[in-house]
Amino acid sequence: MSFSLTAEGAKRVEELVRRYPRKEAALLPVLHIVQREKGFISSEAEEWVAATLGVPALQVREVLSFYTLLRRKPAGKYVIQVCRNISCHLAGAEDILKYLEKKLGVRAGETTPDGKYTLMAVECLGNCDHAPCLMVNDEDYGPVSRDAVDGIFMGLT
Amino acid sequence: MSDVIATLIPAGENSFRLGAYLGRGGYEAARKTILTMKPRDVLEEVKKANLRGRGGAGFPAGSKWAFVPQADERSKYLCVNADEGEPGTFKDRAIMTQDPHLLLEGILLTCYAVGIHTAFIYIRAEYEAIAQRLEAAIEEARQKGFLGPDIFGSGFGLEVLVHRGAGAYICGEETALLESIEGKRGMPRLKPPFPASVGLFGSPTVINNVETIANVPLIFRYGADWFVARGLPRDGGTRIFGVSGAVRKPGLYELPVGTPLRKIIYEWAGGPAEGQSIKAVVPGGLSAPFLTPEEIDVPMDYESLAHAKSMLGSAGVIVIGDRTPIIDVLRIVARFYAHESCGQCTPCRIGTTWISKIADRIGAGAGTSGDLDLIRHLAEGMKGKTLCPMGDAAAFPVLSIVDKFGQELGEPISR
Repeated sequence: MSFSLTAEGAKRVEELVRRYPRKEAALLPVLHIVQREKGFISSEAEEWVAATLGVPALQVREVLSFYTLLRRKPAGKYVIQVCRNISCHLAGAEDILKYLEKKLGVRAGETTPDGKYTLMAVECLGNCDHAPCLMVNDEDYGPVSRDAVDGIFMGLT
Repeated sequence: MSDVIATLIPAGENSFRLGAYLGRGGYEAARKTILTMKPRDVLEEVKKANLRGRGGAGFPAGSKWAFVPQADERSKYLCVNADEGEPGTFKDRAIMTQDPHLLLEGILLTCYAVGIHTAFIYIRAEYEAIAQRLEAAIEEARQKGFLGPDIFGSGFGLEVLVHRGAGAYICGEETALLESIEGKRGMPRLKPPFPASVGLFGSPTVINNVETIANVPLIFRYGADWFVARGLPRDGGTRIFGVSGAVRKPGLYELPVGTPLRKIIYEWAGGPAEGQSIKAVVPGGLSAPFLTPEEIDVPMDYESLAHAKSMLGSAGVIVIGDRTPIIDVLRIVARFYAHESCGQCTPCRIGTTWISKIADRIGAGAGTSGDLDLIRHLAEGMKGKTLCPMGDAAAFPVLSIVDKFGQELGEPISR
């Protein structure tokens, strides 16, 4: 098994596992640590996580394939999540999504060839009074217009 | 923001800091309660306050806690539901952002009442910035001895962990949430047994929404009678109404339980957006049956909305204007549930997918004359026929749209 985390990542995993009443309960948080460090969760990483937490590798795969924010493929440096649920739709989310698709030259669910941006159309982000809203990595934006989208991109290097 | 005195969402850029919270009298109620009251009496006080769950189902919090067996050797757990995925709901975000210590004090009081020493805050992964704020608040509280092994020198100990989800609406369902913390797919469990007896890791577990727990300190700061007087006798306190959609002033409005929906929309949220009139209103998150403009003279409490054949749910009010074709709304509702069905129960897995496909077909102008009846049939086939309330949640809004707006939906079909 060739997978390993940085010393810092490994330390965080160790601390985390110690805090949980049962090791396997740390599965989601450990997967988050792996994904933050590596950008995605590879098959090698799955096996490493399974061995670290003492769960079957199949359970790791089951979990990975269930949650939409866990990835088995690399994503862009910036992951853009555009909400398209009801309140954002009423405020023009479809137009924002179309504008981003055109601007980035990819469809929702795809990553730009240079690996910089991943565009996702997502369900409610819980920011409905700022509709239409979106997220760039962990940052919230809204209400956004086409101009506001351009402004956000100026800051992404 | 509202006309209530003690708010769950204090204003100000630094309201979240421990110093600011202490300035508002924070942790005093917990200190006094833990040092002078027996857990059983704490529980009775919450019962007296008639605090009902703010997550959607509206179950009385005190009664829920009382189901946890007292004489039991297993560790007990509290899971605070901060998954907030119900479309149109954004209140817990505000509480945790503006007043994380209020939530922590509520957790402390709840755990003391039930005899719990480990609490989890299950927060959706999209709220990463808030999760970090909660973790910082937990650290602050630990350093002051408000959390940790010997709180206020009482001998009572409590640890709080922030647990991030990973993108799954269904994990807001309480047993799916437990599965998710246990490191599994978020697939709901068959009940009974209920979590109060067999919950997290097979142990007695209390699961409450963020807003529910955030109300607990107020009961001990100001008294159960005060709390009841703030709302309705059978449903105490305030609700944070989140208003979004076609209104002039979308936002959060903390008002007494029972405030009429019309008043919330017109007096607080500024009425319908410029140049629009109201076509439909969702009173309590997307799972609640839609109301017509003629139906909004309803007090916003659990009983009144049930009487109006809808739900208070998460109190997320979504106003749909007359410029929005109702088929667009149906498509979004249908797509959402099809996307979020965990797939465990056939009626929900198949029903939501079919309804979504039919709605898309109607939207594309290729609907057929039997489509609305077929949607009705599929939705009826989910209602009450699934392990968890998701089947109902997916069926209710769809049925209400088809029943109340059938005429408009019929137009593209006949064209």
